[in-house]
Amino acid sequence: MYNFEFTKPTTIADAVAALKADEAQALGGGQTLLPTMKQRLAAPSSLVSLTAIPEMQGVCMSDANEVCVGGATPHASVAIHAATMFPALAALANRIGDPAVRNRGTVGGSLANNDPSACYPAAALGTGATIKTNTREIAADDYFQGMFTTALEDGEIITEVRFPVPEKANYQKFVQPASRFALVGVFVAKYADGARVAVTGASSDGVFRWAEAEAALSADFSAGALAGLAVPGGDMISDLHGSGEYRAHLVKVMTGRAVTAAA
Amino acid sequence: MTKVTMTVNGKSVSADSEARTLLSEFLREGLRLTGTHVGCDTSQCGACVVHVDGLAVKSCTVLAQDVAGAEVRTIEGMANADGSLGVIQQAFQDHHGLQCGFCTPGMVMTAASLLKDNPKPTEHEVREYLEGNICRCTGYHNIVKAIMAASGQDVSAIAAE
Repeated sequence: MYNFEFTKPTTIADAVAALKADEAQALGGGQTLLPTMKQRLAAPSSLVSLTAIPEMQGVCMSDANEVCVGGATPHASVAIHAATMFPALAALANRIGDPAVRNRGTVGGSLANNDPSACYPAAALGTGATIKTNTREIAADDYFQGMFTTALEDGEIITEVRFPVPEKANYQKFVQPASRFALVGVFVAKYADGARVAVTGASSDGVFRWAEAEAALSADFSAGALAGLAVPGGDMISDLHGSGEYRAHLVKVMTGRAVTAAA
Repeated sequence: MTKVTMTVNGKSVSADSEARTLLSEFLREGLRLTGTHVGCDTSQCGACVVHVDGLAVKSCTVLAQDVAGAEVRTIEGMANADGSLGVIQQAFQDHHGLQCGFCTPGMVMTAASLLKDNPKPTEHEVREYLEGNICRCTGYHNIVKAIMAASGQDVSAIAAE
């Protein structure tokens, strides 16, 4: 990879200041960015590590029944510390990549990158999470704007993510065995005011909510409620791992499995 | 160049490092600790796994400067004080858990990480935990068996295939 300037601030304010440098890039756990830089697909002139900022670390429960995860908290830490607060979220975190990747990769890094096959976007959208940055709070419904595209401005840092805890939830991932990313992943959550269904890995627009399934599951939270529904294959990713039609089929299958596992 | 200092296998060590120097390069080229192997350099294979502050990481996907000051443990730190093989290493030898040996440093470090958190894993848990460690020789069976044996469990029922 090309060389760069490296800084490792210990406060959000210092990180924001460092990111004002020309072509500066935030570095979370680096599990996507460093391989990308090795390929010379990215060549930032400076990297600002966010992993030494205490206020961006940790998992806690808010008074509003939300699990709050610091933006630089690694997946392995979420898997441990959210296990009793929000088991479906912890289980999702515990199946990202492999154990070594989970010790480095961060929730903020995953959401900022918004890979169309990443797991965390499904949890954030499937719970209606709030993405808190150094300047504002963004609702998940406004945050995801297509493959690798988010509402974040240049230099904006995800400092915390707040996931509302549902009555029931489950995440089902059909793993692409070489990359361990989701070929299709579905996060289903049941709240008092209705169900949410978020799908990752499938659409060429990135993570999305499956509105028909949400309506059906809000009326009847059972896999049988999905029986008459079909996901159109036209917008789905089609590649050597699976056709669009295959992915569309998997969306329904994995949604049903998630509902059954959650109920 | 910046002088980066960290504790490796209990000793404070320093070496010059560029910002882009990976932890794997720092260990192998800066410190000449070549036991840590780089198989794929794309964070797929796990041959480069070391422990940073007690956690297994892929050293080819960590910047050396990002872990300055950390406690790092590599395969060179896994032998007993008298130079004899550690429990996991010995189990790999006893159960033929390696053929070419290239993946072994990462396998041993990953196994140590597993057994620290889960001292008596099931065979399924061992296989799950090795998801990020690729071996092209053994078919994994004897690696799993070695790790089960290192955990003190009876492996006589795990037949070689």
